[in-house]
Amino acid sequence: MSFRAAWSLVLRKGGLGIRGIHSPGSTAHGKEKMSPYTNYHAQRSYPMPDEPFCAELNAEQQALKEKEKGSWTQLSHAEKVALYRLQFHQSFAEMNRRSNEWKTVMGCVFFFFGFTGLMIWWQRVFVFPKKPITLTDEWKAQQLQRILDMKGNPVQGLASRWDYERKEWKK
Amino acid sequence: MTSSALTKPQVRDLLAKRLRFCIHGSCSFCKFDVAAPRKKARADFYRNYDSMKDFEEMRKAGIFQSAK
Repeated sequence: MSFRAAWSLVLRKGGLGIRGIHSPGSTAHGKEKMSPYTNYHAQRSYPMPDEPFCAELNAEQQALKEKEKGSWTQLSHAEKVALYRLQFHQSFAEMNRRSNEWKTVMGCVFFFFGFTGLMIWWQRVFVFPKKPITLTDEWKAQQLQRILDMKGNPVQGLASRWDYERKEWKK
Repeated sequence: MTSSALTKPQVRDLLAKRLRFCIHGSCSFCKFDVAAPRKKARADFYRNYDSMKDFEEMRKAGIFQSAK
C-alpha cells in the first residue's frame, strides 16, 4: 500500500501540471488541497481524520454543507454519498482493495537473489584466494583417519559408526 | 437476578497449571526417551570393553607421542 502511495506521490509531485490523476472508481472531487499526508491517503489505522478531504468547496458543495446542518432525513442518497466523498478520500472497501503489488515485490526479490548469486559466483572465480591446506580433500581424509584411530566418541558418536574389522562405515 | 445454568470457568492459576503439565511432560520425556537410551548405550559399550586391547590398537595406529 505504501509502495502505491509513494509512487502516486512521486507522480503528483513530479508533474505539477498533472492535477487530474484520480484513483480509479472515485467520483469527481472538488479541488484537492495538497494536505498533510495523514489525510492524503486513507489509512485503516486513522479512519477519521480531523480535516475533511476536500477543504475548498465550490458553491454547490457549500450549499450541500449548509443542508447537512439541518435534518439528515432530508438528504437524498446521492447527496449523502457526495458528502461522504467530500469528507473522506476513500471508503474502507476502496482502501482495502487487493492489488497485484505482491507479484512485483516477489519478482524484484527473486531478481536480486539471482543477481546476488551471480555476484558471489563471480567473486568465487576471480576474487577468493586459494583454499587453506587444511581444507583440501587429502588433508581432510587424513584428519578423519586420525580421529578414527583415536576412537573419538566410541559410544554413540563418530567412531561407533566405523567398522574397524572391515575398515568401512557400518551399514 | 436468576442464576443460570452456566458454570464459572476456571480463572485462577492458569499459568501454574500449564507449567506443571509442561514440566511434568518434559521431565518424563527426558527421563525415558533421552537419558535411558544413553545410559543403556554406555552400559553396553563398557560391558565387554577391554581397555588394553583398545590401547594397543591406538598405539599401532601411531597416534601416541610417548608410546610408540
